[in-house]
Amino acid sequence: MSTDHRTKKALHPFLLSMADDELALGHRNSEWTGHSPILEEDIAFSNIAQDELGHSLVWYTELEKHTGKSPDAMAFERPWEEFTCCHFVAYPKGDFAYTVVRQFLFDVGEEVRLTSLLQSSYAPFVDIAGKLLREEEYHILHLRGLIERLGDATDESHKRMQAAVTMAFPQALGVFEKLSTEDDLIQEGVFPGNEKLQSQWLESITPVLQSASLSLPIQQKNGTITPHCKPDNGGRSRNHTPHLQQLIDDLQVVYRAVPGASW
Amino acid sequence: MVITESDLWEALGTITDPEIPVLSLVEMKVIRSVSVGHDRAHVVISPTFVGCPAMDMMKSEIRNKLVSFGINHITIETTFSPPWSTDMLSEETREKLRLFGIAPPPQRGANLQADLAQPVRCPFCSSEQTVLESPFGATLCRQLFFCQGCRQSFERFKPL
Repeated sequence: MSTDHRTKKALHPFLLSMADDELALGHRNSEWTGHSPILEEDIAFSNIAQDELGHSLVWYTELEKHTGKSPDAMAFERPWEEFTCCHFVAYPKGDFAYTVVRQFLFDVGEEVRLTSLLQSSYAPFVDIAGKLLREEEYHILHLRGLIERLGDATDESHKRMQAAVTMAFPQALGVFEKLSTEDDLIQEGVFPGNEKLQSQWLESITPVLQSASLSLPIQQKNGTITPHCKPDNGGRSRNHTPHLQQLIDDLQVVYRAVPGASW
Repeated sequence: MVITESDLWEALGTITDPEIPVLSLVEMKVIRSVSVGHDRAHVVISPTFVGCPAMDMMKSEIRNKLVSFGINHITIETTFSPPWSTDMLSEETREKLRLFGIAPPPQRGANLQADLAQPVRCPFCSSEQTVLESPFGATLCRQLFFCQGCRQSFERFKPL
């Protein structure tokens, strides 16, 4: 019973980090609605935004079982200082190259984490991961296609994609920042830990980017890939950039204008 | 009067999908199970896509329908086990989709890319000279095609 209770407490930062990441990136993607370079990508990023917001709803709903706080309260009533998303998902949407690279790096990270949760000792994660992975498959297929085509299509596209990778890679490492309860989660078999997930993520993204003529600040030795740059950490300990404040202000403005309104 | 589970299945079968009004939530396999006791009912649903904005509306329509039977204690549980899949849709349901103008989804194999590469028949002119314009569409459950036979855009239910 006490172990069960400890596991549940250890789950909070994990659930919250996943929910907050999805909410913030979903919001950033929605900023492309009506503004994408071509209609098909407008539709694609609006869909991806909606999927990520849906995923945040699933994690907030799971969290509600432990805390009693509703998903709406978590998304719309919480001050921005209390979010635990990584810096990566809160940065402005940038140009389309940055958007594509960020989404690819994030989605592969999500795929790696969800795949690990299929083996989780926490039963609800097994069902949730099975469901969300089916949606993620579409994102990764689409984003990988864009990376492959834009990476070395023209000098201009290569230049922009390379700049995006150079900028986004250290930021993306922040997804795998160690959680306060990480050791308990690993010990209880909830997930294998961010260090392991980051290695799997590196193995997955590196060949795709390299085959698109895009280089990464990494070291490859004896089949092991390690980052050769400083990770952009801080989000998990609520040490945020001003971009998150802007994002949350924007996200909550309607809800805060008329509290409790329904339509 | 005793209300049976088959009464409720029949009633819930009249609630249509807000985005595909020719199909009911029962045909869509969104409603998984129904159980009824004295003055209470329990319904298990599985969402198509978790970000589907119609889920709240579906829940409130299920609730209203059960209230109309005089049932006061209603619980609606969401399950992801097994996850909802277009493979659950019957042949009859697929035909209804096609007549509505949405190409039905193919069976899901192990490889999504291979599934998407299969020829697709235009729901309007039956030509197989069609091109996938986008794996995404106007709603989460649809994707965009163009038919070179009748030179029209059409949608297909996204295989999930």
